[in-house]
Amino acid sequence: MTEMRPQDILLPTADGLCCKPGGFHIDPVRPVERAVITHGHSDHARAGHGAVLATQETLDMMRLRYGESFAGSTQIISYGEELRLGDVKVKFHPAGHVLGSAQIAVTCKDTCIVASGDYKDAPDPTCVPFELVPCDVFITEATFGLPVFRHGDAALEVNKLLASVALFPERAHLVGAYSLGKAQRVIALLRKAGYDAPIYLHGAMEKITEYYQSRGIDLGELRPAMGVKKAQLAGTITLAPPSATSDIWARRFPDPVTAFASGWMRVRARARQGGVELPLVISDHADWDGLTATIAATGAGEIWVTHGQEDALVHWCKTKGLRARPLDLVGYGEEEESEPQAEGEAEA
Amino acid sequence: MNRFAELLDRLAYEPGRNNKLRLLTGYFREIGDPDRGYALAALTGALSFKHAKPALIRDLIAARTDEVLFGLSYDYVGDLSETVALMWPKAEMAAHNNPPPPTLTEVVTTLRTLGKTELPKQLERWLDELDETGRWALLKLVTGAMRIGISARLAKTAAAALGDKDPHEVELIWPGLSPPYLDLFAWLEGRSEKPVNRDPAPFRPVMLAHAIEDSDFASLDPADYIAEWKWDGIRVQAVAGRDDQGQITARLYSRTGEDITGSFPDLVPSLRLPGAIDGELLILREGRVQSFNVLQQRLNRKIVSPKLIKEFPIHLRAYDLLGDDENDLRELPFAERREHLEIFIRKLDDPRIDLSPTVPFTSWDALTAARADPASAGAGEDADAVEGVMLKRRDAPYLPGRPKGQWWKWKRDPHIIDAVLMYAQRGHGKRSSYYSDYTFGVWTETENGEELVPVGKAYFGFTDEELLQIDRFVRRNTTEKFGPVRHVVHESDKGLVLEVAFEGLQRSPRHKSGVAMRFPRISRLRWDKPPREADRLETLEKMLKADESLPTIKVAASADGH
Repeated sequence: MTEMRPQDILLPTADGLCCKPGGFHIDPVRPVERAVITHGHSDHARAGHGAVLATQETLDMMRLRYGESFAGSTQIISYGEELRLGDVKVKFHPAGHVLGSAQIAVTCKDTCIVASGDYKDAPDPTCVPFELVPCDVFITEATFGLPVFRHGDAALEVNKLLASVALFPERAHLVGAYSLGKAQRVIALLRKAGYDAPIYLHGAMEKITEYYQSRGIDLGELRPAMGVKKAQLAGTITLAPPSATSDIWARRFPDPVTAFASGWMRVRARARQGGVELPLVISDHADWDGLTATIAATGAGEIWVTHGQEDALVHWCKTKGLRARPLDLVGYGEEEESEPQAEGEAEA
Repeated sequence: MNRFAELLDRLAYEPGRNNKLRLLTGYFREIGDPDRGYALAALTGALSFKHAKPALIRDLIAARTDEVLFGLSYDYVGDLSETVALMWPKAEMAAHNNPPPPTLTEVVTTLRTLGKTELPKQLERWLDELDETGRWALLKLVTGAMRIGISARLAKTAAAALGDKDPHEVELIWPGLSPPYLDLFAWLEGRSEKPVNRDPAPFRPVMLAHAIEDSDFASLDPADYIAEWKWDGIRVQAVAGRDDQGQITARLYSRTGEDITGSFPDLVPSLRLPGAIDGELLILREGRVQSFNVLQQRLNRKIVSPKLIKEFPIHLRAYDLLGDDENDLRELPFAERREHLEIFIRKLDDPRIDLSPTVPFTSWDALTAARADPASAGAGEDADAVEGVMLKRRDAPYLPGRPKGQWWKWKRDPHIIDAVLMYAQRGHGKRSSYYSDYTFGVWTETENGEELVPVGKAYFGFTDEELLQIDRFVRRNTTEKFGPVRHVVHESDKGLVLEVAFEGLQRSPRHKSGVAMRFPRISRLRWDKPPREADRLETLEKMLKADESLPTIKVAASADGH
């Protein structure tokens, strides 16, 4: 019996990662006949595919963003469930990135490839924890693929925010956070730290936050920031998309302290660029230690590295005797490098 | 050390002065002695130890990490200390056996006594013990590159606030204090008496003047002010005092408090009366004040030869008296200090020290005339060394720093041109939602016809209301966006004309226009003026030629004594 080469199972194409023997694409960036989707962020979950296979939450998020007719047909798959598609089997495992996020294990004959999408191995009260899946080939993201990125304990960052609120009770605290996942995680962490005052929301994140609550995630009392008098916002915390914190919208707040919850905040120049006064290192992606520990633990002999700092991670794999190569996939996390825009916002 | 690092980290991001003060005062309240004292010393630049070289830091990280990964990381982060702080891998050691991270006091006191060869091992130990922010602060501290936007004055003001004291009081006693300032904090917390300065000839922090604008005069009454010539020399403080044995100690300080006595031994014998004179250091030849260029030849010399002393005879022109023997005069109104000064100089009766004359005037018009022609207004043959007039409130006490409305300097007229707004960029901090940095240009003939060529950038001078107006204009008239920069419409009949004031011009090969401005600021918005009527590059070139022909133009801004 001839063994299957991994690239015969999954191959990067202009449309995204293509599984020929299974007849589908993973997280395609252009409309395809059959799409298997890891999670609901807009750069991974796009509208216009023929059939979509994803978790219940991911499908719901796509519906929220694109409307009912975002795909020809949809099929729900749960964590741990295995399906046969063409000549391959696919199985979904929690990725710990955001609510409903999954790693997709594709098995053909004796070869198992795990496309992990975006993932983190750190605890998050708003989603199912990352599950380690042993495999032959591991496809990893490299958003924070440099050893300068170490995220630390998110709870300590939230304490920093609360200490600032205590120090400046007459100012509003504006926390920039990506609308899907990060915002809800920050709110959940604030509640865990004992903060029980109402938390205010920018209009752009109301719908998705309500959806989190409808899935049984307790976020306490939330209020829209719109229409609230300036003076009443003193001493409060408001969550907003990162771009909004430096826009005209921010003028409604009394002397706002601008915070930003992101893994990028580890690097000063990045934080300063965005005019951030209170950088909070909270990320939904694995940091350098998380990436390298996960790669080692999967037992995979071959590593494919995609979106982010591929060079450093590929170099590290090679020093550990692993075969590694960058995957040329385009269209993921691109917006992170430019000035963040309210629409088409990327996450990190 | 970690708590101090946290403070530095927060200060580095906080743009507001009052918020910086709150952070600092909060720290001084929370942290005990002697850590907070060393923090105050670090922030005021009062710590002295041999700084570590960047090469040493590079060696440390090279021994711990992969070269390729370090290179990629450094490229990304762009700052050596920060890269090392972030990627420093902890040494393998038993978790229960970790020593606690060093305190700021430990770091400072160790660095003071550590030999050069012991430094790398010690740094390595500390880097292992500290967290990311702690490592960053440590590396900034040991490489002597703090730069976090905190002035010494701000740090002292925050300390004063701890005891609800006027920062002025802290400034007055500061020269006699040393880290970790136990006596200062004890006084601020009401546990002991105010510390006294025991130095027989201490430096007093100097009082500085604001540049006066035309619009300021309307609210000023000539009767409230005394005018003097503004001399083109260097500002010094000459102090003499008696030590415990009754011997006179004399010292000459620069405006920043640096002891420069060694460079001017020829002046020391003249400082034989106990007191503290604020004045201008000049070169006098046959009784005439020489230009700044001449004075400059005596400055910054390692060896002061007899020949140098003879060719460049030093002179002190006095304009204020801060102390007379044992008496501190700084709380007195200027008019009274001036009387003390006149008596003091008469009593001293020394050819090397004389009185800077006042310029009599009764109206602003009269003073304008005097300033335009110092020679016939009393400056006589020294007129060439006059670069303007100083205005000092009769009732102003001597306040360190640059207090508002007390002292004014009125130099030659600033230059003014009308330029066209070309590009706008978002500001920082509070201004991050506004387009508040403006690039402006003037007309010039090119091979493509009439074009605007950028001549400068300004981000202040306008009022809050004007900022709103410009911001609105920028948003509505953007033709293109390049990242954070907006390209604003600038055609002959569409665009915004800005009146730009600036202090001087220099030739600059780095600028496309060939000229660079000093201190450009937006002085008015000319909504009434169509862009085609804005100034031309030739106008600037004429101004440049006029500037270059002036004999008293200074080479370095640092020489400005006021």
